[in-house]
Amino acid sequence: MHIMEGFLPIEHAVGWTLASAPFVIYGLRAVRRRVHEQPEQRMLLGVAAAFAFVLSALKLPSVTGSCSHPTGTGLGAILFGPVIMAPIGAVVLLFQALLLAHGGLTTLGANLFAMAIVGPFAAAAVFRLARGLKCSFAVSVFLAASLADLLTYVTTSLQLAWAFPDPVGGFAASFVKFAGIFAITQIPLAISEGLLTVVIFNALARFNPRELQDMKVIGSSEVRA
Amino acid sequence: MKRHQNLLLLVAVALLTALPLWQVQRPEAGADGKPVDIFTGADNRAMALIGQIAPSYQPWFEPLLEPASGEVASLLFALQAALGAGFIGYYLGVSVTREKMRREVTRREETDAGDTAC
Repeated sequence: MHIMEGFLPIEHAVGWTLASAPFVIYGLRAVRRRVHEQPEQRMLLGVAAAFAFVLSALKLPSVTGSCSHPTGTGLGAILFGPVIMAPIGAVVLLFQALLLAHGGLTTLGANLFAMAIVGPFAAAAVFRLARGLKCSFAVSVFLAASLADLLTYVTTSLQLAWAFPDPVGGFAASFVKFAGIFAITQIPLAISEGLLTVVIFNALARFNPRELQDMKVIGSSEVRA
Repeated sequence: MKRHQNLLLLVAVALLTALPLWQVQRPEAGADGKPVDIFTGADNRAMALIGQIAPSYQPWFEPLLEPASGEVASLLFALQAALGAGFIGYYLGVSVTREKMRREVTRREETDAGDTAC
């Protein structure tokens, strides 16, 4: 989902940066407050960041014959709420932009918006909705993580379609083309991300039931399940 | 049961990743006779599509640092994954031990309570 360095017109680059900045600042404050109030959650915060690091480094082949990578933002969004993923996503994207020439500084705002804002907010909303509809914990986690992943790539397609409307078909035609590259490729990867997030939640629920209960992620009746 | 479930989930992820490799056919070579590359990055395909939609568009900024080669890039990606996986592994290791000790303590407290009652 990385829009490459320099591949957004300057107005778009500035606009997306301005749109993402408040989330990163607010997220940083949320992280600081959380670490101050509950220092014992520091390690788990590190796990959320580490998960995003691992998953966004894995470029997986897909049915469309191209490769893409998951985002790993669902875990942190479910554990800590969506805003804390904005600064974490910024670290991941900066690492890739500066050292790997993957993504870029001028497109950082747009990439952040897709991966570290739309994705996590979608994850948190879907998780809540699924829990509200009495889906099991594992199913809710799966839906949240995989839809967050998919929506991240849909957002990237929208961003590119907005910046580069098709000369004939306009925005819609362009979106279909970009979504054909990003969103379709992403479907099996999103499923993989959902499954992997369930795996890590299973491990956390088994070995850290108290933390998850304290964070109100799981109910007390589900600890032993 | 849980361990079983995780194993099955991991197998499913492996299958989802491996199936495309086996199922996607390499398209016929183009007019220039060069074999078509498959499983390239979606990001690069999007870049090529921008070139088609807006042929006059010129990227206005270059990456500050570019990995010297594909090998160096894969080194950095491996490093990124290793750092993350290492941390998760460390945390789970700590958690397993802590949970074990917690159970040990409650067990001992229970037997102690039983002893004094006698």
